Amino acid sequence: MLTFIGLGLYGAEDISIKGLEAIKNADSVYLEFYTSNLMGTTVEEMELIYCKKIKPLSRHEVEVERKFLEEAGDRNVVFLTAGDPMVATTHVDLRTEAMKRGIEVRIIHNASILTVAPGLLGLQAYKFGKTGSIPYAEENFRPTTPYEVLRDNQSMGMHTLFLLDIKEDGRYMNPSEAVVLLLEMGKKLEDETFSENSLVCAVSRAGSDNPGIWCGKASEALRTDFGPPLHCIVVPGKLHFMEEEALQRFMNSTSDRQV
Amino acid sequence: MGRKEDNIRKAREIMKQREKIRNIGIAAHIDHGKTTLSDNLIAGAGMMSEEMAGKQLVLDYDEQEQARGITINAANASMVHDYKGDSYLINLIDTPGHVDFGGDVTRAMRAVDGAIVVVCGVEGIMPQTETVIRQALKERVKPVLFINKVDRLINELKVTPEEMQQRFVKVVTGVNKLIARYAPDEFKKEWQVKIEDGTVAFGSAYHNWAISVPFMKKSNISFKDIYEYNQKGDKNAIKELAKKSPIHQVLLDMVIEHLPNPIEAQRYRIPNIWKGDPESPVGKAMLNCDPNGPVAMMVTKIIIDPHAGEVAVGRLFSGKIKKGQELRVVGMPNKNRVQQVAFSVGADRIQVDEIDAGNIVSLVGIKDAVSGSTLTTDPGMEAFEEMKHYSEPVVTVALEAKHMKDLPKLVEVLRSVAKEDPSIQVEINQETGEHLMSGMGELHLEVTIYRIEHEHGVEVKSSPPIVVYRESVEHKGGPFEGKSPNKHNRFYIEVEPLEPEIVDAIHEGTVQSGGKIKDSKALAKQLEELGMKRDEAKNVKAIRGHNMFIDVTKGIQYLHETMELCIQAFEEVYNGGPLASEKLMGVKVKLVDAKLHEDSIHRGPAQVIPAVRNAIYGAMCQAGRILLEPMQKVFINVPQELMGSVTREMQQRRGTIIDIQQEGDMTTVVAKAPVAEMFGFAGAIRSATGGRALWSTENSGFERVPRELQPKIVAQIRTRKGLKPEPYDEAYYAD
Repeated sequence: MLTFIGLGLYGAEDISIKGLEAIKNADSVYLEFYTSNLMGTTVEEMELIYCKKIKPLSRHEVEVERKFLEEAGDRNVVFLTAGDPMVATTHVDLRTEAMKRGIEVRIIHNASILTVAPGLLGLQAYKFGKTGSIPYAEENFRPTTPYEVLRDNQSMGMHTLFLLDIKEDGRYMNPSEAVVLLLEMGKKLEDETFSENSLVCAVSRAGSDNPGIWCGKASEALRTDFGPPLHCIVVPGKLHFMEEEALQRFMNSTSDRQV
Repeated sequence: MGRKEDNIRKAREIMKQREKIRNIGIAAHIDHGKTTLSDNLIAGAGMMSEEMAGKQLVLDYDEQEQARGITINAANASMVHDYKGDSYLINLIDTPGHVDFGGDVTRAMRAVDGAIVVVCGVEGIMPQTETVIRQALKERVKPVLFINKVDRLINELKVTPEEMQQRFVKVVTGVNKLIARYAPDEFKKEWQVKIEDGTVAFGSAYHNWAISVPFMKKSNISFKDIYEYNQKGDKNAIKELAKKSPIHQVLLDMVIEHLPNPIEAQRYRIPNIWKGDPESPVGKAMLNCDPNGPVAMMVTKIIIDPHAGEVAVGRLFSGKIKKGQELRVVGMPNKNRVQQVAFSVGADRIQVDEIDAGNIVSLVGIKDAVSGSTLTTDPGMEAFEEMKHYSEPVVTVALEAKHMKDLPKLVEVLRSVAKEDPSIQVEINQETGEHLMSGMGELHLEVTIYRIEHEHGVEVKSSPPIVVYRESVEHKGGPFEGKSPNKHNRFYIEVEPLEPEIVDAIHEGTVQSGGKIKDSKALAKQLEELGMKRDEAKNVKAIRGHNMFIDVTKGIQYLHETMELCIQAFEEVYNGGPLASEKLMGVKVKLVDAKLHEDSIHRGPAQVIPAVRNAIYGAMCQAGRILLEPMQKVFINVPQELMGSVTREMQQRRGTIIDIQQEGDMTTVVAKAPVAEMFGFAGAIRSATGGRALWSTENSGFERVPRELQPKIVAQIRTRKGLKPEPYDEAYYAD
């Protein structure tokens, strides 16, 4: 059997009791941390708390080798992921592949940034459009899709959540870098939907006791230190007056890094 | 040496009078006497002592060139010659005749406006005669003809005056046929050479005499006189002839009378070699050879001078270059300062303060320049057209410094060797750390290694030469599905052999390979004319070597964002095919479908490149992978009775005999053999014929390795590269 367990967003203790039980009954415990990461803990601490040896997997081991799938044929294998397991598309592929091989699959859910970010900001979850990721630019790879997602969402008045790139070499994109990239894409597309005067929200360290909630102009985001990762940003669409009020209030009450 | 100094002083003056300048090259098949001719011209013009000419080989100033008796580098020299009461400046570039050094010929042609084509009267038109004429005409360089070694016709072959004339007519007709075939349309007629009008001369470079119809009239020497002088055969008679009808006078008269000055030539040459706006200031200046316009110079050669370092030699098409001036090297970020301006006389560089448009110039201080660079003062100037080589490297050796301490120096020396000679390619094998040096043939590499050791003072160990192979496909293959590692993206690829007409057009340089496609509409039109289907021709995304990547998909969202990555994957496959990790040749790769993840982060380089690469590899497996090997044409001239040994020698080397011709008791065998089998041929043919064979080779493209030999050769290459001997099958690429 293959059990996907969502670990939530920040610390080792964010796991559900159901999830913890499943770990205790497992023959092997694998961990995938390249699509996202828990910044508030370490593998060692998790092993201590969950009382099990944990084997972290690289991208190659998850995407190409997939040895744990063979093992799941006759043993209890759990697969730990940050957030809610099925949000990362790679995991859907694993689930499909496991079912193709006749392996029983179970999913134990947890909080996802897709709901937590709106919640922290006071924005209404059902007013969000398509989610986008912003990748670091590389040679021959400077996509403008994220900007196009934003433009489409804006045209319908919807908010846009952007997940920010994480590199296996330990780079985490921060909101300033993300804003720079969005502005560059706008220039390339000759579009002014998103400019230095646009409103941007940033959520940092969601799930921790001290999350960062920031709201301001894009130009100000360029000059702001958002503290340690992980971060995501939201470009709000049309704001409801309740959203406006909530945004202002929450920003002032919970964040220590506001403008 | 008073005369030399005097001439240098004169040259400095004429340099400003553009209509009194001629920039010329000498082009010929190997051993037809080019360098001897150059030396006699230079000596005759008073740039070296006449006694020494023919022995000193001024232009062969490379020690090694003199030892081997062949010209390796194109060297240059300026001469002053008086004609009809005026003094003219003739800038001469000597070019190598050996096929291994063909790249140099192409580059030299860019710098000149006219060429003396030298054809040996004994051997007649040879394969490289055709190659050099084609190269000259492609650059719109006007030819005149010199038929050499006439003394040997008379003294050794004992031809009658009638036979001799017939031979001349045969050569002239042959050369004119080539001109008609390769010259641009507007010059096909005008540039035909004729004995009557003095665009043809004949004589003996070795004995320092020549004659042409106009000169006969002027000096009252008849054809019969020439024949008789030679028939007498004694030294004094020949010397007398050389006094009466000196080669430099006859040929330089011909050059001045019939070859264009830079003002005339640049008008029709510039549109051919520069595709920028002819109405722009720099465009106008070049068309008019205007010394007051912006500087526009094309570097045709880098010479490494022991004292001055790198010297950039080339043709100044407009403006004037002054010492201390700053020039841009197009494509490089920083300006370079000109430390020295000079013109050359053999190994001597004569420094001047400034040089005007229309001349051949040597510059010190332009450290960013390589052969082919465009130098200018105009920040917006477009670069000159690339200079096309007709041949690609076919042989590689691995080099190692003999002493560990020399390693850093070796790296530097290899870099400057490649800069001096762009037909040398140097690569570092990232896995083994070896330096791989590729060139046009065994001799080319031997000469270069000699130079590394003797001129640059780094002792090296070199591996035995290795042949460079190519990979291709037999028929259509695919569509083959390639998946990205995260499985979110799929690419479908088809491959097939690229149309032979298009492969040829790439080879000739009429279809540009490499870099970004500048004008896709013009390219589409050109490809359609060559027989490619319209929907393919319109969608060519990249051309690398003799291969194309085409996107025939329609309306796939997000594909434009991944196209650069698809091209990068195609490039990777081009650089190392699925069979033996050798370069691809003649493969058309078509992207026929793609399924992409909406979110860009899921289709970055780490996902797209492997997916496309595997799809191309897989499709190639289905299309029947074939290995190609470089071939050489071999021309061997031997006495009749030794022909058996020659054909035997060729047959042992998987060679086929293409043609056998008899001339008196000499036989010329033309054969074709794989380069791989030709290593050590020099020694073998020498011992098989007791040193009585004269031979030359010419690279002749790539051909399929015989089916039964392919697995063995593939396994050898793979093992040498540290790969498992068996190539992967298509199932491997499906996952």
